[in-house]
Amino acid sequence: MRKLSEERTKLLFEKLSLYIGGNVKMLIDRPDGLYCFREKKERVYYVSEKILSLAESVSPDNMISLGICFGKFTKSNKFLLHITALTYLAPYAQFKIWVKPSMEQQFLYGHHVLKSGLGRITENTPKYQGVVVLSMADVPLGFGKAAKSTAECKHADPLTIVCFHEADIGEYVRSEETLL
Amino acid sequence: MGRKAKFAEEVVQKKGPGRKSRKQKDPEIPKVEGNGVTKRLSSNQKKRMKKRAMKVQEVVDKKNAQAEKRKLLNLKIKEQQASKKMEPKDGALKVLKAPPSKAPKPLQASNGKVKKPVQYHSSSEDESDEETAESDQDSSEEENSKGFTDDNSSWLKPVSKKLPAKILSSKDESDEEEEEEEEDDDDDDDDDDGSDELEEEEGDGEELEEEEEEEDDDDDMGEEEESDGGEEEESEDDSEGNENSSPVLKKGKKESVSVQSLDMDSDDSDEDNDDYGSDSEEAAESKDDESDEDMLPIEKKAKKLKKKQEKDDKLAEEELQLNIASQDVFAFPTEEEIKKPKDLQDVQQRIKDVITVLNDYKRLHQDGRSRSEYTDLLRQDLCTYYSYNDFLMEKLMQVFQLSDLLEFLEASEVQRPLTIRVNSLKARRKDVAQALINRGVNLDPLGKWTKVGLVVYSSQVPIGATPEYLAGHYIIQGASSMLPVMALAPKENERILDMASAPGGKASHIAAAMKNTGVLFANDANKDRTKAVVGNFHRLGVVNSVITCYDGRKIPNVIQGFDRVLLDAPCTGTGVVSKDPSVKTNKDETDIQRCCTLQRELLLAAIDCLNARSSSGGYLVYSTCSVLVEENEWVIDYALKKRAVRLVPTGLDFGTEGFTKFRHLRFHPSLNLTRRFYPHTHNMDGFFVAKLQKLSNTIPKTLSSDGTEGEVSVDNSDEENNDSKKSEKSKKKDKKKKPAQQESQNGKSPNSSPTKNDNKKVKKEKKKNGKNTTSSTIINEQSPSLSPGVDKQKQGVSVTKQKTKLKNKAKKVKSPGNKMSKSQSPGGKKKRNSNSVSSDVSTGKSPNKKLRK
Repeated sequence: MRKLSEERTKLLFEKLSLYIGGNVKMLIDRPDGLYCFREKKERVYYVSEKILSLAESVSPDNMISLGICFGKFTKSNKFLLHITALTYLAPYAQFKIWVKPSMEQQFLYGHHVLKSGLGRITENTPKYQGVVVLSMADVPLGFGKAAKSTAECKHADPLTIVCFHEADIGEYVRSEETLL
Repeated sequence: MGRKAKFAEEVVQKKGPGRKSRKQKDPEIPKVEGNGVTKRLSSNQKKRMKKRAMKVQEVVDKKNAQAEKRKLLNLKIKEQQASKKMEPKDGALKVLKAPPSKAPKPLQASNGKVKKPVQYHSSSEDESDEETAESDQDSSEEENSKGFTDDNSSWLKPVSKKLPAKILSSKDESDEEEEEEEEDDDDDDDDDDGSDELEEEEGDGEELEEEEEEEDDDDDMGEEEESDGGEEEESEDDSEGNENSSPVLKKGKKESVSVQSLDMDSDDSDEDNDDYGSDSEEAAESKDDESDEDMLPIEKKAKKLKKKQEKDDKLAEEELQLNIASQDVFAFPTEEEIKKPKDLQDVQQRIKDVITVLNDYKRLHQDGRSRSEYTDLLRQDLCTYYSYNDFLMEKLMQVFQLSDLLEFLEASEVQRPLTIRVNSLKARRKDVAQALINRGVNLDPLGKWTKVGLVVYSSQVPIGATPEYLAGHYIIQGASSMLPVMALAPKENERILDMASAPGGKASHIAAAMKNTGVLFANDANKDRTKAVVGNFHRLGVVNSVITCYDGRKIPNVIQGFDRVLLDAPCTGTGVVSKDPSVKTNKDETDIQRCCTLQRELLLAAIDCLNARSSSGGYLVYSTCSVLVEENEWVIDYALKKRAVRLVPTGLDFGTEGFTKFRHLRFHPSLNLTRRFYPHTHNMDGFFVAKLQKLSNTIPKTLSSDGTEGEVSVDNSDEENNDSKKSEKSKKKDKKKKPAQQESQNGKSPNSSPTKNDNKKVKKEKKKNGKNTTSSTIINEQSPSLSPGVDKQKQGVSVTKQKTKLKNKAKKVKSPGNKMSKSQSPGGKKKRNSNSVSSDVSTGKSPNKKLRK
């Protein structure tokens, strides 16, 4: 359990800002106390300082997880967001895609979002913008990258991909063992 | 009405039983009127037909003549025999003399065919006539065969099948005949044949041509039937003759007719008699159905079958009663029977019997059989029937009364209903229920006692893979698993520990109750199972958790000072047999021994983790999914003796009370505050919930209770010490002095002997510590950065003061003897504790260095 190096902090925040933009600040400056990012075994955990202080006494070997795991640094030193980060991404997301009920299930099985399943999309979504995918009932289902900008989406073929799949909540069932 | 009448009559027709044919009959009426078919015949055809008819008629006439002769003979004989019975004849005469409107009636055929009158009324003949003719032929055949039995009519009393009234009348009472003739067409038929025959003799010549013209088919039939029997034709001609014969003729022959009608009556009766005789063999069983002839063979068979069934039922009932009678007194089975039971039903019956015997042993037991023999037999049978092993069944029999035992075993065979708990962090129950109902799930609120439970009756979709589930709106959790958390009643901003948390159902429930505030430590000893905890926590959005993988017994060495602790101890699982039937067979004495040892250790460790001076808590909930006393009450009783804890009400308003006495064991009377839940009474898994409060001298109430508790007070002081340690520890944590903590905690464990090394530092500690502060831990939590040294000092002082108080009290209260030794120990322990504190302080910086390294 250690603080992130500056380099890695930068990587992390760059990644996060892709999805929640300026709201990254909201993660750090919180009214309910100090929250911090901690790295353990390449995984990045976001946790309240209070909890962190209590968890200090737990030996690293016995520590499984604390707070919320945002993702991990890959071997090539990139940051990979996990689906577990959705807890914090969804409320702060700037660009969102709503999928129709027919597409819902497909997305939860790891498929990209097609134009035919696109219910709504945030105005002015640029291409390759990180987006949070929600169902029409505003239940966050995962996140991905916009494959088309909003304008392009309007004229796209029904079978074109409008959002690349990155993570979905189906992983909680599909890959519980390798969630972290 | 005529139409209706026709319908009713046509039901009797042999041809075209189907509805369609009946419907198709109606259009026949125009046909009859038109007679188109006959008219279209060519002249040659007509001639041929006339010839044919002539021939037929001749033959018929001859036969008729013969028949007449026979009948006359019969009549004479009959008259001689029945000379006494003049009345009927008179009656018949009267009938015949009745107004002409009635005259046509007696002309009708004797066979009692219902159709005939209708045919008479219809002016012409058609296919329906043919049919009737056919039927007439049949009946006439019968007549022929039975004609010679006329004599019997006088004395034979037939049990008629078709027309009982008619037969009666024909035999005895002509008066009745009159009435019947007037009333019923059927009865009138009796007389017809006789008259017809006469008429035919006379009017045949006239009739012939007309008949032939009108009835081509009939004639053909006649020809065919000639070979069969002479008199068949009669009946055919009857109908025609009746129509054609003028009323004058009939009037002229009234007398003869009357005589003949009488004859025919007798004939009829004979017929009936004969019929009865012939049928008697078949109908002997089915005398009651008068309309046997009307019934189809299938119907007859059905009736027979019904009777057979009735008989069988009766026999079966008798047998049953016999059986019951035989079972009234239960005979103890022989050893062979015990060893080799016939089948499971046999065993089940024996179980019931033995239970009834045991319930009223004095009255029902066999001489020379002790109660234990019966219970042994019952246990064996239950083992075989429910496939438990002998040991577990014995344990269960000790726990349950006999009546409950069966219900429990039976309920353990059935799955409990699937229940889900709504995650109040992410969704409301109303919304989740609506969303699931939209997905085709049939559910209901679980009960009044929970606001987050839903019970799922049926589902079209896998309940564990809906988008709502994946989004963490609910979790699949047994109803019983919600009870311990409800008993724990977590509050916001508390520090709570779940000692055995996997797969995280209860722990996430706690987090939801805390509304994601405070800190939740979710521990599980199994590293693989912690993955499930991780998954569930992230899915359910629990952000205030620390998931660890420790042996629960070592947790007090790692961290203490929790406001509440939930210990859902590993157990034998005798309450969840329906979930895991392997429990039935793979548990034995050693398993249970191991389990309860582990549970005791865990419970003590959990109590040690608890912060008794927590403003809101200091509570511990101990739960198991077992029903055995060894794993529940006994463990709690052990903890009551070993630690300064007391039982408090669980806050669950249902469930049965825990045992305060069990066989030879006598538990603390407050164990009635614990709650047991059974599958057969509460329809949830077998469960045990006990809520303990850790006592501390910072709370005056508990102190006094400590004093009264006797033995416990000794431990109490230890725990108080522990509390102080905890608070100190929390400070230390801030400073990251882990190793020191562990040392101190090890030292604290009540049973361990005090370390001499630390003794020196005790006095220093006492001096250092300032005045009493009650809520030091809270201060620590809230303001970890605030000068820890001062806090420590204060706490230390408070601790020492309390200790001295305690000492005094303990001395007063405690009785001499075994307890004295314990009462002496607190002093040492106190020292120890203070020592540990001091050691912490003294070694404070070194662990930090280690960590940083």
